[in-house]
Amino acid sequence: MERAPTKSLLKHWLWEIDRHGLAWLTFDKQGESTNTFSREAMQELATALEEIRAAAPKGLVIRSAKDSFIGGADIQEFANFKGADDALSFVKLGWDTFQKLRDLPFPTTAMVNGFCMGGGMEMALACTYIVALDDPKTRFAQPEVMVGVIPAWHAMEWLPERVGPTAAMDLLLTGKTIDAKRAKRMGLADQAVPLRIFESTARMLTLEAPARRALPLVQRVLLRMKGVVASQARKQVAKKVKREHYPVPYAILDIWQHHGGNALDVPADKPYSIPRLVEHPAGRNLVRIFFLQERLKALGKGADFKARHVHVVGAGVMGGDIAAVCAMRGLSVTLQDTAPERIAPAIKRSARLFERRLRDKLRVRDAMDRLIPDVTGAGAAHADVIIEAIFENLEAKRALFAKLEATAKPEAVLATNTSSLKLSDIATGLKDPSRLVGIHFFNPVPQLQLVEVVSSERTSPETAKRAAAFVRQIDKLPLPTKDAAGFLVNRVLGPYMQTAFRLLDEGVKPETLDRAMEDFGMPMGPAELADTVGLDICLHAGKSLAKGNVSEADIPQVLANKVALGHLGKKTGQGIYRYEDGKAVKGQPDAYGPDLVQALIEPYLAEAKAAVAEGVVADADLADAGLIFGTGFAPFRGGPLHYLSTQAK
Amino acid sequence: MFSKPIYVVDGARTPFLKSKNRPGPFSAADLATQAGRALLVRQPFAPDQLDEVILGCAAPSVDEVNIGRVAALRMGCGQKVPGWTVMRNCASGMQAIDSGISNILAGRSDLVLAGGVDALSRAPLLYGDKMVLWFSELASTKTTSQRIAAFARLPVKNLLAPVIGIMKGLTDPMVGLLMGQTAENVAHRFGITREQMDEFSVRSHQKVAKAQDEGRLAPGGGEVEALFDAKGNVYPLDDGVRRDASMQGLAKLKPFFDRKYGNVTPGNSSQITDGGAWLLLASESAVSMYGLEPIGRIVDSEWAGLDPAHMGLGPVHAATPILKRHQLGLNDLDHWEINEAFAAQVLGCLAAWNDEKYCREELGLPGALGSLDTEKLNSDGGAIALGHPVGASGARIVLHLLKTLKRNNAKRGIACICIGGGLGGAMLVETV
Repeated sequence: MERAPTKSLLKHWLWEIDRHGLAWLTFDKQGESTNTFSREAMQELATALEEIRAAAPKGLVIRSAKDSFIGGADIQEFANFKGADDALSFVKLGWDTFQKLRDLPFPTTAMVNGFCMGGGMEMALACTYIVALDDPKTRFAQPEVMVGVIPAWHAMEWLPERVGPTAAMDLLLTGKTIDAKRAKRMGLADQAVPLRIFESTARMLTLEAPARRALPLVQRVLLRMKGVVASQARKQVAKKVKREHYPVPYAILDIWQHHGGNALDVPADKPYSIPRLVEHPAGRNLVRIFFLQERLKALGKGADFKARHVHVVGAGVMGGDIAAVCAMRGLSVTLQDTAPERIAPAIKRSARLFERRLRDKLRVRDAMDRLIPDVTGAGAAHADVIIEAIFENLEAKRALFAKLEATAKPEAVLATNTSSLKLSDIATGLKDPSRLVGIHFFNPVPQLQLVEVVSSERTSPETAKRAAAFVRQIDKLPLPTKDAAGFLVNRVLGPYMQTAFRLLDEGVKPETLDRAMEDFGMPMGPAELADTVGLDICLHAGKSLAKGNVSEADIPQVLANKVALGHLGKKTGQGIYRYEDGKAVKGQPDAYGPDLVQALIEPYLAEAKAAVAEGVVADADLADAGLIFGTGFAPFRGGPLHYLSTQAK
Repeated sequence: MFSKPIYVVDGARTPFLKSKNRPGPFSAADLATQAGRALLVRQPFAPDQLDEVILGCAAPSVDEVNIGRVAALRMGCGQKVPGWTVMRNCASGMQAIDSGISNILAGRSDLVLAGGVDALSRAPLLYGDKMVLWFSELASTKTTSQRIAAFARLPVKNLLAPVIGIMKGLTDPMVGLLMGQTAENVAHRFGITREQMDEFSVRSHQKVAKAQDEGRLAPGGGEVEALFDAKGNVYPLDDGVRRDASMQGLAKLKPFFDRKYGNVTPGNSSQITDGGAWLLLASESAVSMYGLEPIGRIVDSEWAGLDPAHMGLGPVHAATPILKRHQLGLNDLDHWEINEAFAAQVLGCLAAWNDEKYCREELGLPGALGSLDTEKLNSDGGAIALGHPVGASGARIVLHLLKTLKRNNAKRGIACICIGGGLGGAMLVETV
């Protein structure tokens, strides 16, 4: 009789059977640092599973040879789809392979370390057990919705069964990530254990094969009430996105409700069938944004630079939040202001941020310890990066940089967070102006990913590269821009906001303006945006963008009046809107036509085009990336310039 | 006398925060971390260049028993810098400095961060033996009825009367006296009156208030660093000082230790307080390697033992041998710091030096040493107004003495401290 093999080496996979009779299957994608499912890797998995089944082990453990488990499907595969048939055959390959894994006649366990995303999580769901490495780096997610794709390899079928429909829909519809402890709590993972017992837990669990914890009764009942759950979830989704803009979350609910989560079962003429979804432009545009984001990330790789200590001058909202984000990312931070009382509010906000984001008590304590109030500015001498975030006054900034240059280490990056002054003007305060770079954050700093890295004609390329590397180090997205008024983001927002204020002066309701732009796909309309930014800041920014060529007549009446009254927006509880518990109190918008949308968006698009033409950023793609991550420009439209070019067609 | 120069480069302390009869806003490690990182950030070297961190603490909490190591890690000194903790009751902070000196003299260290800390407001409440036995009984029950029976035997009286940890710490285990009672002993021996004690205390408050107003004991004065909590509060100043302290006010307070008939009151004793203090010690080679600019040197140190029932005279027993070795009279020094555990005990020290019999019989001197010029003593007040976070005080007085000498362009001083259990510690310092 021919003996089944006990080990096998494929291009991306390796499996063997140990002395306990347990099979270990290791994913080690050739030539790459992370495991992703290409067509080839998926086909090999199917082969390996057939071999293992024939070898009849007592159980199977699947693990990764990399720092992370599996990043998901290779997004490049989506970008390369030539049409619906390509997409369908890729979906079917994964669907069948994972079903094969599920159908194995012995217990199976996924050993999850690091990222476990998309297809990786679906493979884990196919296993009997999931053992997660208890480490902050371990993250589970079904992020497909964010790139405009449905999680079609059984996530819509198995996730609700495993964690209950409530938690499952939350994960599937938002794409949010969860850590090992949370995964264990919701029943996704069976164990969350430290590295020292990671492997033995996987082995013993698979060999002992205990019964899994049953779903709570409520969730079991909800599993039988798909219609109710789906219609509730649809209402939640509708509060955030429109079906015509983002069909995927709606499709997920339809496929789960009507087809048990099997996308292959959906007739092609349904709006949520794979062919119809593939044809929808949102999908392609979201994939485009994914790659734009990767490009911004890569821009931080130009210099081999790692900051240990950051010194921030100015403990206002911006400076304080910049310091907090740096401390949260593991850097030592000194935060300078003129008196302890000016620094204290920043410490309070930091504590809240750390508690929200880090959760673990010890990690919160460590981040607090790394954030050092520094009234004398002694920390500047230790810093690898110094960020100025004081009030917008040229003379004050010049004087400050002259002082900082004298105490800073010669290799330290000197950066300003100015939004309205010219870098080259500030740089005159320095002996060596090539050291000054702009590192321009957006408010609220902890939430907004984009950071403009501004170079004047004098800024040395090496300094700009280091600044970009630092931006990546604190997990933000660097966008290199030229030292032109407003850089990219504020410059493009300027005419758009100006138009909005003019329309308000003409008597259009703010509610109507906001509704029009929200319908277009902006996360927030211009009136509410102005209130959020602060009307005083809008006024100041408008004046500085106009480079002083502004007469009183050019200032929108509404804006001038509100600022004069001290109604500065959300922060004072009264601006264009009145605020209750931080929420705008809005009336009913009027009906509007396409001409209003056109009037509002036209100046935005024109300014974006002009900025690219003037070389404020290197190319149109970078402008799109900056305006999506910096202003939230309707992501499903692929960016303003991409939108312009598709309109032209 | 030390065989090598021991430099004090710099130092910093937290404001001393008076206990409000509930756990204060900062743990001992929080206090040590905040003062230490402020001190380290103004040094030209990185925190991981330190050879070691030594922290004195009389009552570390159960979750940070080796608080020296906890503080070193939290201040960002890195995993490779050893941190350890020393304990000599009220002189734990001074002991930390002396331990740092020993290691520099032995050539084992060149750059040492040494200090002291205590958060007395967070001293625990403890269960007595009866409660411990009851818990043990409860733990061994197996059935619900056994458990019910155990609860029926719960010693409610003991449950509601926990042992106050800090009162245990302030009681001498050998002679069974409260620290305040040992101060009563000293007062009795030298005939120190309630009025003298209260007068001394009023002066202590006045001197601290003046030093705060003139910036010496305020942030920016080179010694006190503001504390920040997570709620957005700033604690810039020592908050135990009573600007309205008066003889009439103090006269109203009742004797606390020998109730009713004694003289030592909460008003003429040091306060129960949270705080921490650090000094940065360096060898000659560390000073030249990092281009440090020391404020002074520690020239000599001494520890002495005496009757625990008269522990308040410890400073006399520790400082006198230093005076002898260096052939100095009391007033040859420019400044003195004698820690103010009790007004009675500081006044007792002055009386002892001025007492021929005491000097001959107890200190082995040919006659009385004389009277210390009180202008030279505790020029910016002391623990009666500032409080006495036990572990921190020994480090605080050495730091403050050096800063005072430096500020006044003066040369030499002695800082000394009485220690519960019948000990005294003293250090002779010089500016450079």
